[in-house]
Amino acid sequence: MAVATKIGVKPRVKAPSPPKPASEQTLHIIGQPLPKVDAMAKVCGETVFVDDLSLPRMLYCKIKRSPHPHARILKVDTTGAQRLPGVVATLVGWELPIPFGILPVSQDEHALAIEKARFVGDPVAAVAAVDEETAELALRHIDVTYQVLRPIMSIEEALEEEEVRVHDYGPRGNIHKTVSLQFGDLEEGFREADHVREDTFFFEGNTHLPMEQHAAVASYGADGKMTLWSSTQTPHYVHRALAKVLEMPASHIRVIACPNGGGFGGKSDPFNHEMVVAKLSMKTRRPVKVTLTREEVFYCHRGRHPAKMWIKTGVKRDGAITAMHFRSFLDGGAYGSYGVASLYYSGALQTVTYRVPRYRFEGVRVFTNKPPCGPKRGHGTPQPRFAIECHLDKIAEELGMDPLELRLRHLVEPFSVTVNQMRLRTVGLKECLERVARRSGFPEKHGRLHQGVGIGLAASAYISGAGLPIYWNDLPHSGVQLKLDRGGGVTAFCGSTDIGQGSDSVLAYVVAEELGVEVSDIRVVTADTDLTPVDLGSYSSRVTLMMGNAAIEAARRLKPLILNEVSREIGVPAERLRMAHRRVFDARHPDKGMSFSEAVVLTEAKHGTLGSTGSYRPPPSPARYKGSGVGPSPTYSYSACVVELQVDRDTGRITIDKIWIAHDLGKAINPLLAIGQIEGSVYMGLGEALMEEQVFRLGAHKSPSLLEYKSPTFLEMPPVEAILVETLDPEGPYGAKECGQGPLLPVIPALVNAIYDAIGVRIDEVPVTPAKILQAMEGRLRAPEVPSFTFPEPLRVPPLSPIEGATI
Amino acid sequence: MSERVLLHLRVNGEPVEVAAPVHKTLLEVLREELRLTGTKHGCELGECGTCTVLVDGGPVLSCLTLPIELEGREVVTVEGMSHQSTPHPLQIAFAEIGAAQCGYCTPGILLAAKSFLDRNPRPSRLEIQEALAGNLCRCTGYLQILQAVELAAGRMSKELGSSGE
Repeated sequence: MAVATKIGVKPRVKAPSPPKPASEQTLHIIGQPLPKVDAMAKVCGETVFVDDLSLPRMLYCKIKRSPHPHARILKVDTTGAQRLPGVVATLVGWELPIPFGILPVSQDEHALAIEKARFVGDPVAAVAAVDEETAELALRHIDVTYQVLRPIMSIEEALEEEEVRVHDYGPRGNIHKTVSLQFGDLEEGFREADHVREDTFFFEGNTHLPMEQHAAVASYGADGKMTLWSSTQTPHYVHRALAKVLEMPASHIRVIACPNGGGFGGKSDPFNHEMVVAKLSMKTRRPVKVTLTREEVFYCHRGRHPAKMWIKTGVKRDGAITAMHFRSFLDGGAYGSYGVASLYYSGALQTVTYRVPRYRFEGVRVFTNKPPCGPKRGHGTPQPRFAIECHLDKIAEELGMDPLELRLRHLVEPFSVTVNQMRLRTVGLKECLERVARRSGFPEKHGRLHQGVGIGLAASAYISGAGLPIYWNDLPHSGVQLKLDRGGGVTAFCGSTDIGQGSDSVLAYVVAEELGVEVSDIRVVTADTDLTPVDLGSYSSRVTLMMGNAAIEAARRLKPLILNEVSREIGVPAERLRMAHRRVFDARHPDKGMSFSEAVVLTEAKHGTLGSTGSYRPPPSPARYKGSGVGPSPTYSYSACVVELQVDRDTGRITIDKIWIAHDLGKAINPLLAIGQIEGSVYMGLGEALMEEQVFRLGAHKSPSLLEYKSPTFLEMPPVEAILVETLDPEGPYGAKECGQGPLLPVIPALVNAIYDAIGVRIDEVPVTPAKILQAMEGRLRAPEVPSFTFPEPLRVPPLSPIEGATI
Repeated sequence: MSERVLLHLRVNGEPVEVAAPVHKTLLEVLREELRLTGTKHGCELGECGTCTVLVDGGPVLSCLTLPIELEGREVVTVEGMSHQSTPHPLQIAFAEIGAAQCGYCTPGILLAAKSFLDRNPRPSRLEIQEALAGNLCRCTGYLQILQAVELAAGRMSKELGSSGE
């Protein structure tokens, strides 16, 4: 769009302190606060989301859902609906009998429930009609006969009840999965400790609440091929699941992810409604659309697991950790989803911030009759991070240490391997802590503010991309294909999916930087399984690092061809040529050279059509034990956060005065977008800490609407000072690590620690509501309890041999 | 299939006639009958502000408005914010500052902000926060939106000043 080039780009963000260049390359685009490539389309209302699509002869789908949390389905009768004028087809569970699920170990969902409904909102039948109203009306003419079963609604119930089972699989009762891992001699560690402390914590479940409701359009053509447009973060995995469930060759299925109107993890699973519209389109030979209502989005869920946690840590007098024992109890809801990964994540990253020489993790995920839980921003790690950072605050107080000092003294070493064999690269946590402390005045303020005013601190780390794919194989995690046009344009193809985080822009920035053209010269084609090389999806904070590295490889395979031709033409050695500002020129005599498009024409005349591919696969992890598939990452991001707030002692109301957050993102590809990710993470963390909760009453969701499910508005958002810390990580493109999820993690414990500083009362559960503050001040808030449960004997993982450890 | 009535509306400065069931909301008529899909839906219950459009310059929730009530009144959607080929200063500022991440709540916020700045060209930050508090955004944490509104307000005031008003 022409107007996009008119935008006067002024750096609104104070540029971070200039890092030393990663190479001799001078960067023109990377590091600049540029607008996103799709920014003008978005502000003009031109971006096409799935529900904006309309195809000729399109039908509308509605899904009938269970009103019971747990019931056997005895009969589904759709004849009444079929008789209704305008109804074209109906669908019931047995027509799609093949189960699916995001993880190979949890293929436990059906497009429509066949034998049992497992939560209020579980889909049982569907209809396709000429318009939405007719489809809605038809649902009332579908009769389902249920035999109501006892619902399992809590972690405790799930662990106690052996007879009534939500699923028939899992070790026993309603246990989905248990994990028990031990690294080092824990007893020895606790013996060595000068002080040992135990705590329990509770983190209530909450949901992503993307502003866009999930939608999908399926079109099964006369050629026998299926196209599905969906608001999904993971078109590749939807592609796989559709092929399986529809029993069609994957080569006949095309999945296109439209830009997502927010995801936050909530659009990362293959969903039943995607299978349903695909099958209905096959039955009717017409395009079929489904758009979920806001209430139905709450039933899709896959959000934060409610988590009960127990932590025991031994420390020396100076705060050095001698041993840590952590237990998590996760309420998984009705299906597996990403749950096995969520469970492992709840124990994997305790070791990557402070030195933990001996560690034991025990976790259990249970099935309950609620919407399934899965990955929400920070996937499985905000709950344990809340626990460990509040626990450390208590330990610091008992030792008479400053909580900042305790953390700073015992940080992990960069380029080391943790006790659970996570391989670390750059670690900017020291700088993060020092900078938030300095900017906020934490050392001077902590423990010294007026009654009712408090300041709190916390630190955290997050993966920068999962080290292993969901289906274990040796294939690339991300691929980029480039096509050069004689006019000087470049098209970049990648399976990556823009969910608002700006991945399309990052792809354009990287390609433009490498080929020395302008960002506006790049056209990106993304998230289309027919047209684009596989990228695994927008999850695990992987896209910038993996797609970025793939894009660099693709561009650097093309560059020598172009440089050699230009070299021959103008008689300058190729190594002296540079590509920038749409020109290829002699670095010594910049006037000598030619335009990029002339260089392309020259090269195409020599070599034929110009294109290239690049791909990325993370380095192998040294960890080889069972369960080590979750946690490894090419590198880890680090964050530190300080929250200053006031607590009204009469009402329990919390007012946040200011938040300081520093994030080690390796290198800011675009500081403007990075700060947007950090501020968005702070906001989402605040919502979880203060008000957001997905709770149930009598088996049903208590508040499946935007009015009753409270989230922060413009008025609740405090000023935030975001500080970018650049460590130039060797694994990342130009040194970049993630910044979209990690910054959420320290916000919640920093806030809860600040409440203690303000009123001297510990609240070991979130959200921290005014009611809980008042109860706590009156001594009526009980400490969270964890269930009594006997975990299996741990897998005792031997330490890596010096040779294995030396592979760093 | 419900019976349709003929509606006479003015949308983005142009008269339009559209036959729609009388109970269809303005949101549905804009998106489904007029194909103006820039207006989004977030909750269908008037809770999130995503579907905000302007009627006679004031913000309304199109999911709670019946078009039959709007005959003879002026409806403006995000598609009508640009002045011919020139985007509104708010649109430019939102693009520059990164105020649109996923962009789904953006049209509603832009229109609410436009209506507000038309009435209050030099607002304080708190006044902007109050004016936009009915619009939810899940991506940005609101701060870059506030910066963008302030930037646009500054530029618009400057333009007003230089044109001698």
